[in-house]
Amino acid sequence: MAHQIDAQGPGTEAATPRSPVSSPGAPRLSFRVKVALVWITIFIVLGVFFALAKFDWAWMRANFKFIATGLWVTMFAAVCSIAIAVVLALFGALARLSKNPIAYGVSSFYTSFFRGTPLIVQLFIWYLAVPQVAGNILGQDSRFYRYTVLSAILAGILGLGFNYGAYMTEIFRAGILAVGPGQTEAAEALGMTYRQRMRRIVLPQAFKVIIPPTGNEFIAMMKDTALLSFLGAAVFWWDLFKRAQTLALQEFKGLEALIVAAGIYWALTAIFTFFQSKLERRMSRGYVRQVVAPSQRRTRWMSGSAGGGNQGGAMMVEMPESQTTPEELHDD
Amino acid sequence: MTSDQVVVRVEDLHKYFGDLEVVRGVNLEVHEGEVVVMFGRSGAGKSTVLRCINFLEDPTSGTIEVDGIALTGGHRNRHQREKIRQLRIRTGMVFQQFNLFPNMTAIQNVMEGPLTVKGMSASRAQGLGRRLLERVGLDDKAEEYPIRLSGGQQQRVAIARALAMEPKVMLFDEPTSALDPELIGEVLGVMKSLATEMRMTMIVVTHEMGFAREAAHRLVFFHEGVILEEGTPDQIFEQTRFPETRKFLDAVL
Repeated sequence: MAHQIDAQGPGTEAATPRSPVSSPGAPRLSFRVKVALVWITIFIVLGVFFALAKFDWAWMRANFKFIATGLWVTMFAAVCSIAIAVVLALFGALARLSKNPIAYGVSSFYTSFFRGTPLIVQLFIWYLAVPQVAGNILGQDSRFYRYTVLSAILAGILGLGFNYGAYMTEIFRAGILAVGPGQTEAAEALGMTYRQRMRRIVLPQAFKVIIPPTGNEFIAMMKDTALLSFLGAAVFWWDLFKRAQTLALQEFKGLEALIVAAGIYWALTAIFTFFQSKLERRMSRGYVRQVVAPSQRRTRWMSGSAGGGNQGGAMMVEMPESQTTPEELHDD
Repeated sequence: MTSDQVVVRVEDLHKYFGDLEVVRGVNLEVHEGEVVVMFGRSGAGKSTVLRCINFLEDPTSGTIEVDGIALTGGHRNRHQREKIRQLRIRTGMVFQQFNLFPNMTAIQNVMEGPLTVKGMSASRAQGLGRRLLERVGLDDKAEEYPIRLSGGQQQRVAIARALAMEPKVMLFDEPTSALDPELIGEVLGVMKSLATEMRMTMIVVTHEMGFAREAAHRLVFFHEGVILEEGTPDQIFEQTRFPETRKFLDAVL
């Protein structure tokens, strides 16, 4: 892809080389090696610090399994929450782009409230406030009341899902808008209904834009599941952090227990970030539209010598929607 | 050459963009098999009139009738939206920017309307797609994605996509304006063959006066939101009485 972007013309050739000092005649050590040395130094300093702090490695090894068992709860919560968030974000975004005042109103209220209040507060609302309010309204002996008393894990999943859904509404909205009015018009001109248009034309293209940032949200979500530990879950549903916290308090091994938990979160994030960057590279291939520099846009009209620009190349060039460009040249 | 059957009727069409009145009372009738070329300066309202015919722009006031389906501008309820959809199904549209669906191959683009809108079976749509791509000379590009096609090829696929709905009238909105000069001919060639071989009813907004002279039955000159004059290519090119038309033709010819 890189060479094609460069071929777009002047202005893009200033792409920064990956390592600024790797050109011939530069100092012997490459930038990457230097960065690696800095990392190693930091680890040595930390190691000295842990040694001075009488770090109990044996305890860490012995209790690693207990803490790591929480991994499945963490992942389960993250996967369920992101699923809820994606569905909410999709409908939230469609509603935000709709001309229907009810849809727009509900959606804008949703995003405003869930982005405007702290996540931890929302989690406690699901966990504590919902059953209380439901009890007051329905009466504690109503047969629906017991459904409103959410388990910690369920409250946590709903809380994370609704909160992330509100943020991701904006991602989905931007993705849908990125598809451009020409596609909508082409679909409308064929006689498609709104649903057909969205399902067949707009959303498949929008998802190319939406999926990479959604991966980022998922990575953030995995870390935010640690908040679930504040809700009183049964042992079976203890996540990584809850398990680390419990051990830390019981055995006065705060540093060790939390370092183990942090290490697992960190490893998890590193792994998913690796796949995320692969995904992003994959997604940027193919038919994603490229914006053409204004100067180049001009030359395409001005003469036949533009060399065909994108012709036969692997790139779809989006022209501006204006009708004036060709006419200006003919008229005056 | 053309029948008496009116396919498209535009009555007293007005269109405002904000406070600006872009179309100021346009009347137009297009008969079956007729090729009408609309031309005029930028901002004269010709593209807007074309886009009002299939309600990509909602007319501020006036009546549009396509193949017996008549609609007025203004507020839309569910029933009217369905009527607009029926009108669009009978109307093929070709855009300046092609607007092919980039996530679909050439043949999938052509099949999309019949499959999704008409509920045609996949095998029939496939056959139709093949025939239409052959018609526009692109049967060998059926499995290519639009990015792999030249502008001229993309526009020919777009024509095939519009034809797949078997429209009563084809609307062309500056179909060659986004093309490099060497690619214009292939698109105009396909359009001419539609007119002569298929007797397709066509309304074309274009500055290609060579095409207008050869293929059009009637030329319509737009000036400041109204139709200033209309006539056969001979009448317009040789005998126009209007200095505005003369000046425009001198500029583009």
